[in-house]
Amino acid sequence: MKKLQSRHALAIRCFHWINFAVLAVMIWSGLLIYWANDVYRIGIGPFTLFKFFPESFYSTFNIGFRLAEGMSWHFTFMWLFAINGFLYISYTIFSRDWRYGGIQQFAYLTIIFMGAGSLFTGLAVYKPTQLAWLTSLLGGYQFARFEHFWLTVGYALFFCVHIVQVTRAGWNNFRSMITGYELVEVEKASGD
Amino acid sequence: MTDEKAMRIRSRRSFLKAGVAVLGGVGSFHWLRTRRHDDGVPWPLRRVLETNEQLARDYFSASHLAPTFPESMVSLARENGGEGLSRDFDIRSWTLKVVSSVHSRRLEMTLDDIKRLPRVEMVTELHCIEGWSQVVHWTGARLSNLVAEAGSDARYVGMETPDGGYYVGLDMASAVHPQTLLCYEMNGRELTPEHGAPLRLATPVKYGIKNIKRIGTVHFTNTRPPDFWAERGYDWYAGL
Repeated sequence: MKKLQSRHALAIRCFHWINFAVLAVMIWSGLLIYWANDVYRIGIGPFTLFKFFPESFYSTFNIGFRLAEGMSWHFTFMWLFAINGFLYISYTIFSRDWRYGGIQQFAYLTIIFMGAGSLFTGLAVYKPTQLAWLTSLLGGYQFARFEHFWLTVGYALFFCVHIVQVTRAGWNNFRSMITGYELVEVEKASGD
Repeated sequence: MTDEKAMRIRSRRSFLKAGVAVLGGVGSFHWLRTRRHDDGVPWPLRRVLETNEQLARDYFSASHLAPTFPESMVSLARENGGEGLSRDFDIRSWTLKVVSSVHSRRLEMTLDDIKRLPRVEMVTELHCIEGWSQVVHWTGARLSNLVAEAGSDARYVGMETPDGGYYVGLDMASAVHPQTLLCYEMNGRELTPEHGAPLRLATPVKYGIKNIKRIGTVHFTNTRPPDFWAERGYDWYAGL
């Protein structure tokens, strides 16, 4: 016997999917910006294991020579990212909607801190003179840019792990992020 | 009705709504992307950049100073951008032309006139809009000296190279910021032609694109001056 059980509030589902779309635009426009000074890599000294990013990546996704465009999208969608994130955190705190298990809760807390990290490192790079205190606190302009970049790599990794987890958890779980409900197995009929 | 059936009905309804939301999202993105361009970007994005500018100008303060660095962090200054630096330029006959369209004042200054203004030195980080930055030792006179002389009643300052090939606009608050310099020395040496000899702008409240080299004319005005890179899709304000 399966029973219908509410899982995710409408607000949480909205924040989740809006965040997905907004973050996608932020990462895409961020890549358009990053291209103009693509200095990061994985490697030691003269040895480079992986360069962010190979030419083939830029040409495949049409990233090159679009800095101005990237900045205009990035500095528009930053508002949506910040407002949606703020509402999500506020809602979670005020509704005490903490129904996840321990490890999942840890993962979601991590992603919230990463979100806040992106906001603050972003501000430090955006206004390094007006917000000089913040930029200095984060280790200076170039280090803030470095942090901002690696947080984004973190999202990409989180995304991969998240997809694997959602796939393994199955359709019922995925559906609950759309409908808000899931079907749970109960031992016996509850009388009605 | 069993809960399985109730779930099917809920699912159908929710997935339909989700489908509409996805279409709405993709449609909005497409709409934004295809708007008429205003100086190189879709106009709604241009309006947001202008709103960001207004908020930044509200927060801007002459007391928010860019950090200064020890001399040891100065590196060999990169030469970037040659727009407006045409070859047929005679540095010996150069003078700085200062005009105002608020009142019809005209000034002409030689490099010695500018060097007679209080000499200011600062070691600050230059931020290129491309994303790199460098610590530079700048020496020059505050632009605010010139504003006090000829443009205190204007809202904007426009500057252009002698050949008119490169031009920038500054809001007045940024122009009179204490770290906005008319610079004639860089890293302890006279400016080289590539760095904008005989006189360039150096200001850590703006991206490098506003730090115009080889200034020919300074223009005080109440209308927003044209800006080379703003016409090519960048934010006009470009404030840091």
